[in-house]
Amino acid sequence: MSSVIDNALAFIKSLPGSTPGSMEFVVWTVVIAVVMFLSIIIFMAFLTLAERRVIGSMQARIGPNRIKAFGLPIFRGYAQPFADVIKLMLKEIIIPSSANKFLFLLAPLLAAIPALAIWAIVPLWPGFTVANINAGLLYYLALASTGVYGIILAGWASNSKYAFLGAMRAAAQVVAYELAMGFAIIGVVMASGSLNLGDIIEAQRGHFSWFFIPLFPLFIVYFISGIAETNRAPFDVVEGESEIVAGFHVDYSGMAFALFFVAEYINMILISALTSVFFFGGWMSPLDGWVTSGPAWLIHGSLLWLWLKICFFLFCFLWFRATFPRYRYDQIMRLGWKVFIPVTLVWIAVEAVMVILKVGPWSAS
Amino acid sequence: MTFTEILFYVFSAILVISSIGVITARNPVHSALFLVFAFFNSAVLWLLMDAEFLAIVLVLVYVGAVMVLFLFVVMMLDINVAQMRAGFTKFAPLGIVVALIVIAEIGSVVWLKSSAIDAAALGASSGVAAPAAAEGYSNTQALGELLYTQYLYPLELASVLLLVAIVAAISLTMHKRTGQKVQDINAQVAVNAKDRIRIVKMVTEKE
Repeated sequence: MSSVIDNALAFIKSLPGSTPGSMEFVVWTVVIAVVMFLSIIIFMAFLTLAERRVIGSMQARIGPNRIKAFGLPIFRGYAQPFADVIKLMLKEIIIPSSANKFLFLLAPLLAAIPALAIWAIVPLWPGFTVANINAGLLYYLALASTGVYGIILAGWASNSKYAFLGAMRAAAQVVAYELAMGFAIIGVVMASGSLNLGDIIEAQRGHFSWFFIPLFPLFIVYFISGIAETNRAPFDVVEGESEIVAGFHVDYSGMAFALFFVAEYINMILISALTSVFFFGGWMSPLDGWVTSGPAWLIHGSLLWLWLKICFFLFCFLWFRATFPRYRYDQIMRLGWKVFIPVTLVWIAVEAVMVILKVGPWSAS
Repeated sequence: MTFTEILFYVFSAILVISSIGVITARNPVHSALFLVFAFFNSAVLWLLMDAEFLAIVLVLVYVGAVMVLFLFVVMMLDINVAQMRAGFTKFAPLGIVVALIVIAEIGSVVWLKSSAIDAAALGASSGVAAPAAAEGYSNTQALGELLYTQYLYPLELASVLLLVAIVAAISLTMHKRTGQKVQDINAQVAVNAKDRIRIVKMVTEKE
């Protein structure tokens, strides 16, 4: 077995295109990818627990509080996500007899892969991004827009009316909100003068210069479009259980369903992370520039601050779900096309004038 | 053969196979999915040529928006495949002629361009390899600078054309049908609790 790997490595190294350091680079990238994958999955697992506990509190009930493992003396219920995973893994994946089997099984993967792949361009702490590419923002937009294929194919391949209705709703909704989202990001690009996420964070250094202040309408549009893109309440007509049972994943069970679930929650974390990066200074500390002396972790940017911001926005996701009733379908379309897109267009025009006149924080570039 | 060349051949082979799949698949949804796959592979080919902006925009525009709407329509339509295939032999000669013309056009463009590059390259260095990109070269920035300086008017013309097309397409759908039930959103938003709920005070009744 090891000789096979050795031979493969020797073959790759013998190719004329490979430079001396390229093998180490590949190994390092794979290690980083695996570590990131595991941390995101664990974060996502505890997000499901947090969701049930937080919404439980908001609705004056308790939420999962039974399952614990290894006798750890922290609050009960913390092992609930692991119990859920074991339950889902042991369940049978039922494939409807009239379904298109290949596409039916491919769809969950198509939903989960883009959600994970976008994490490559998120700057996690000063100077660290898995793939520091110049056109990072475009990469994000491109992959985010391919995520909807999983949902559309799931709805179509299931060969069921309810699933298909969910898929059609998803296609229309995602296309509508992607435009508003793209326009909101154009505002960020204009203010920072870069498509690179690391440079966007650097452009927000200084007093009152996190972009949510000069670009407040764009921040609101981006975050709400993000909620709509992830199909979370109050925009969850795609799976609206009271109208079309469970929408696109009505025929899925076991791990095939779990992959859709994973994709949705990872997308939530991603939208929170990107909202922090675009409008709240990413890994920057809020005290940066205000306090000159004090402990280093408090002043300097780090993963801690990014994590805190992500947690805040995730809490907002859960808060909205517990608070707002579901939008009607035509209201969603109206909000996307007739409210958000004009708002972003007007603000981009305002911003363009500000950039030309070099007024205040808009002229950072 | 360098590693990049191997990648090029692998992805071009997949691209050709999936393009053939687009026109041979029996199910229109499968055809559309083959087309999506072909777009992804051509994006990879562009990436191999350091044209990351074109590659990403291809995925963003065609895969992310155009093909989603395409699939939307194709899935909704009940397409009779047998009927569509009925005229195949009748239209085949015309199709072959069109295909030959397109191949000749593409071939002539490629030939003219490559001979122009050859002539330019002969002055600097021998061989047809494109000059390596300088350190810190950004394809996105280079394209943007060209588009907004040298090619500003063609760009503006193209965008105005697209705008006209959008206005035309929307105006086609703007006719009022009778008997349509439409929600008046303004009335819905302007509604108050007072309009909907009437609180009635009444004396408690006793048994």
